[in-house]
Amino acid sequence: MNTAPSSRSDAELRAALQDCLAAIAPEARLDAIDPQASLRAQLDLDSYDFLQLLIALHERLGVDVPESAYASVDSVQRLLGYLAAAVASGSTESMNPRTPSIGSPPP
Amino acid sequence: MIELRLPSFGADMDDALFVAWHVQPGQAVHKGEVACVVETQKGAIDVELWQDGTIAALVAEPGQRLPVGAPLALLAEAGEDWQAIAREAPRVTAAVAGVAAVAPASPQAAPPPPPPDAAAGTEAPASATAPVPASPTAPAPAPVPRPEAGAPREREAASSPMREAIAAAMARSKREIPHYYLAHEIRVDAALDWLERVNAGKPPAERVLFAALALRAVAQAAAVVPGLNGHWIDGGVRAADRVHLGVVTALRGGGLVVPALHDADRLDLAATMAALSQAIARARAGRLRSGDLGDATITVSNLGDLGCDEGWGVIYPPQLAIVGLGRIAPRPVVTPEGTLAAARTVRLTLAADHRASDGLVGARFIAAVAHRLEHPELT
Repeated sequence: MNTAPSSRSDAELRAALQDCLAAIAPEARLDAIDPQASLRAQLDLDSYDFLQLLIALHERLGVDVPESAYASVDSVQRLLGYLAAAVASGSTESMNPRTPSIGSPPP
Repeated sequence: MIELRLPSFGADMDDALFVAWHVQPGQAVHKGEVACVVETQKGAIDVELWQDGTIAALVAEPGQRLPVGAPLALLAEAGEDWQAIAREAPRVTAAVAGVAAVAPASPQAAPPPPPPDAAAGTEAPASATAPVPASPTAPAPAPVPRPEAGAPREREAASSPMREAIAAAMARSKREIPHYYLAHEIRVDAALDWLERVNAGKPPAERVLFAALALRAVAQAAAVVPGLNGHWIDGGVRAADRVHLGVVTALRGGGLVVPALHDADRLDLAATMAALSQAIARARAGRLRSGDLGDATITVSNLGDLGCDEGWGVIYPPQLAIVGLGRIAPRPVVTPEGTLAAARTVRLTLAADHRASDGLVGARFIAAVAHRLEHPELT
């Protein structure tokens, strides 16, 4: 059963982000770009690409980045920070249709 | 009997390299299914069927370079005997072989001509493969051997013929089409706020991009203001009765393709977003379908995401107009009270064929787009 984890290491989140990026920008390497500069500008992601990234992250980690947060996640550092905080606070969703409830799984 | 013929994917296309079959003789097929794959200057294209029927005979062979309109296959219609039609096929095959040029070895990775003893078995690989459902992610059953190894070099090689095709089309446009140009700055705070409310609480997969809203507004305006939606054919305007919006889509490796959103004026916002999303996905995955290309009635170039304030397009012949959309940004505006304020605006441009319309028509079109963007709740 696929349940949303209540914690992920930074390395796991980074790997997840790298994987999600792979489908959109196959040549992109997170460790080759400036973690504090614009992610979209460095990887040439247009609004469609960025939305696909968020869809992939939502499926992979259960984290829903709302539109109001877009401006605050446009760097690797800020995006990873947002994901880590969302996962740690348990405000993630299980993407398994058999467990539709939002929130962290019971201990 | 139906002859499946090689469709045209644009005025700049003369021929295509036949790559592989996805169907086999005796197979019942339906409209919309992918019958085969051809390679063009726009990349590999999945050719869709436009009728229901039963495949009777495969005429085209992998490696053949075929002109637009060449017969690819014979289909039996309901009630016809496909095997009887198959027996007639050799005459058609011979005619095709007469016009087909076997593709020369080129950097664009044309496969070598099939050896003679494999010719009889050309249909065998297709029949050995289970029918492939029409899906953007279905792989071609007969992979084309490429003389070059390594993805980056393939990408470079593939963009050269594409670049040539774009160059030819743009040169023809500038040579033949007397362009006139109009621009307008549109206030989009209302549209963005409205869209924010539409997207609030929706997961990413259900959100609508501003681009979808803008494209829909352009399509609806093109439907109501005549003179910009259609083609210049044989010295006159051929107005289109439907709006198929070409969307200029940049490819990651370089180059661009222009898939069409069909009946874009009649789609609701969610359907527009879905069509746009699927077209971009197919374009960037290199899995465009014949239905995506070749019949756009007006084109939009959205340069906003690239950080460009405004962009002036070059009409894609033989269309009548191209719309440019720039970057949304806060800009100085004058309020009704006569004071300066900051508001988010987008700069829209129109390049249109002066043989088909004049500035007044263009201005009406722009006003129609602006009205729809300034009042998103009305459409």
